[in-house]
Order: sequence, then C-alpha cells, then structure tokens
Amino acid sequence: MDFSFLSQPAFSGGGTYLDWVFVGIKWTVLVSLCAWVIAFTVGSVLGVLRTTPLRWANGLASAYVELFRNIPLLVHMFIWYFVMPEIVPSALGTWMKQGMPMPEFWSAVFALGFYTASRVAEQVRSGIQSIPKGQTNAALATGLTLPQTYRHVLLPMGYRIVIPPLTSEFLTIFKNSSVALTIGVLELTAQARTISEYTFRTFEIFTLATVVYVLITLLVTVAMQVVEKRLRVPGYIGTGK
Amino acid sequence: MFAGFDFDVIQRALPYLGQGMLFSLGLTALAMIGGIVLGTVLALMRLSANPLLNIPAGGYVNLLRSTPLILVIFWFYFLVPLAVKQLTGDSYAQGIGPFYSALIAFTLFEAAYYCEIIRAGIQSVPAGQVNAAYALGLNYWQATGTVVLPQAFRNMVPILLTQGIILFQDTSLVYVVGLTDFMGAASKVAQRDGRLVEMYLFAAVIYFILCFLASLFVKRLQARITPPR
Repeated sequence: MDFSFLSQPAFSGGGTYLDWVFVGIKWTVLVSLCAWVIAFTVGSVLGVLRTTPLRWANGLASAYVELFRNIPLLVHMFIWYFVMPEIVPSALGTWMKQGMPMPEFWSAVFALGFYTASRVAEQVRSGIQSIPKGQTNAALATGLTLPQTYRHVLLPMGYRIVIPPLTSEFLTIFKNSSVALTIGVLELTAQARTISEYTFRTFEIFTLATVVYVLITLLVTVAMQVVEKRLRVPGYIGTGK
Repeated sequence: MFAGFDFDVIQRALPYLGQGMLFSLGLTALAMIGGIVLGTVLALMRLSANPLLNIPAGGYVNLLRSTPLILVIFWFYFLVPLAVKQLTGDSYAQGIGPFYSALIAFTLFEAAYYCEIIRAGIQSVPAGQVNAAYALGLNYWQATGTVVLPQAFRNMVPILLTQGIILFQDTSLVYVVGLTDFMGAASKVAQRDGRLVEMYLFAAVIYFILCFLASLFVKRLQARITPPR
C-alpha cells in the first residue's frame, strides 16, 4: 500500500489525484442529496395517496410504484439521459441536448430521485398503515376532516415510525448514485476507476473509495440515530419509555 | 411521439437480445444459488456465540452492505485475475474471463444481503424448537440442519425470491465491465444502429414485464404458504 501517488499532479486538470477524489466525493454527495429531495417529496405524496380512500389516487400511486421499481436503475439512467430529449417536444429536446447545464448531473438526479421515490412511497405507506385504524376513526369521529386527520394524527406518527427504513433508503441512495457513472457523472466510483487507469494504483484507490463509502454510511447512521432519539414516540416497543 | 419509431430494429436484434437475456438469467441463477449457500453460512456464523465466527461475519456483511455494487464489481474485476495468477502461477490468468469475475462479485455481494434475510428467518423460528431438538439429543448440526433451517427457509422463500428479482435487475450493472447481458446487448445494438430510444424503451418494457410477473408470482406464493395463524 503506497498512497503517495495521491499528492502527485494529476494527468489533466491541474490539481492532484487527491483533488480528483474530492471532486468525486462532491458529486456523489450532490447527486445523492438532490435525488433525495425528489425521492422524499414524491415518495411521501405517493405513499400518502396509497393510504387514502380515493380509489383513483390509490391506483395511480400503485401504478407508479410498480412501474418504477420493476425496471433496473441503469435503465432509468439511460432513459432520462438518452431517451428523454428525443421523446419530449422537439424545442425542449433541443434545449436539453444543447442548452441545459450539466445534462449528466440532472439526468442522474431525476433518474435516481424518481426511482427511489417508489421505494420511499412503499415505506411511507407501510408506516401509515401500521398505525392502528382506531386512531383514524377517532380523529374522524372528533370532527377532523380527512386532510386534518393526516396532518395532525397520521403523518406525525407515520413519519416517526418510518425513520429507520427511510434511513436505509437514504443510505441506498448514496450507493446507487454510483450508477450515475454510466452516463458520465464523475462521482466517487468513476473517479476511483479513472485514477486507477492513470496510476495503476488500483488496490490503493479502490480501498480509499471503499473507506469513503463506509464513512458516509457510518456518518449517516450516527446522525439518524440522534434524530430518531429526539423524535421517538413514548410508549412504543423499542423506545424504552 | 412514436412517429419515426423503428420497431424493425428490435425485431432484427431479437436473437442477440435473447442471448443477452439468457446470460442475465444464468448469472442471476448462479449468483442466487451461491449467494444463498454462502449467506446461510454467514448467517450461522453471525448467530454463533463464538466471537471468532460472529465478528468476521458481521464485519464482512456490514462492509459489503455499505459499498456500492458497481465498486464491488470493479474490485473483483481487478482482484480475481490477480488471485488466479497467485493460485495457478499462470501470469495471463487464462480461462478466467470477466464473466467469472462478475459471477464471484455478485455471489459475494448478494451473500451479504442474503445473510441478513436468512438471519432474520432463523431468528423467527421459536426457541422452543431448538430446545426440543437438543432435548431429544440432536447435536448442533442435526438441530440446525433438520429442525431450524427447514422451518426458516419455508418462511423465507418469498423474501429470498424477491431478493432474486432485485438481483436480476442488478445484473444489468455488468454493463460497466462490458459484458453482454440483456442490457449490454440492448445498448450495443442501440449504439451500433443509432437507435437509442427504441432499444432502451424496449429494454425497460422487457425488464418491467419479467419483474412484474415474477413479483406477482411471489405475492401469490406468499399468500399460499403463509401458515395460518
């Protein structure tokens, strides 16, 4: 193991190979966080829709979930990057191909975001469905409307119940962000591979990349444990109170 | 939207795509079998009281589960030929193509996920079963092999199959080392004929149909084998 190559000037772009690693980490984190914003908002809406008594909304959300989670992420990436500009109205398509800033980045964010949304939706749905039916009935009986029942009774409970599964989805999004390398986003795994091609220090650079991914996992896990502790609902198994 | 959509490209590429699909299914089946076998061993190690067994197994599982699959594929694409060189002394590592690297990568990667599923399955077997087995004079291997694992696997079949569907989707990632699985075949035809839209949408439709049908099957199976409570 010899990590001295990291401080050597890189093949191109000024900077050292260590700078390339940091560029990789930056894109990994940016893609993951931006995709999470989409995944969390879209997934929440879909998850809630699947628990409502509205049949059409229910069906629509189920169709979305089935469609998105039965197609591999790689195919999602290619469709957003290669297919989208061709099938949208041609003015928009031309803009996507020529005018849009950072097309790889945004394609990756949308692909990863809308893909993960289907998984988040399932977690949110199961969280809300795990709340005893009596709570909904009681809320409706006290005169709350259905939206109020969600706002004041179901969602505050449901979101706290799904913190652990959502944490693991959040970790998955960091790992899945590596698929973005297939459409040319220079995230951590892509940088590791490029550096190994330029320096032949494959073992060292892959080890470094693996360590960074493990650190991200540890960091997120610890942070979410704190969040979980602060938001825990008294009186449930596992809360210890 | 479908004006200028060339279905003929798909039809002409069908035999090639079919070969790719066989490759994907073969890789899925082999990696699934290997993953379940290795996952069972890892799960038994993790559940053992011996720290020499449970600490390495836990470390392995946590390490693999926090690493992206693509990076694992790259790791083994690099490591497997080196290992073969060490073992056989053949400096060209002949006969070990990217397929074996990918197969080993998928098996070892999926083993970590299967381990967690199987561990949960084993833990769901009532403790009384194990105690009864020991009381009858069975040793650890007899109790595990004839009492615990059969019951655990019976409960786990749907989840193991669901993980298999995920694995099938994940095999599309062998694209990154240039193997011609279904997605690899689709993308090669797409690049060659300049027909990205047709090929990628077709690939999406095929993956969707296969995975959707498989998940429906798993759902039915689950409803059928869930023991009455």
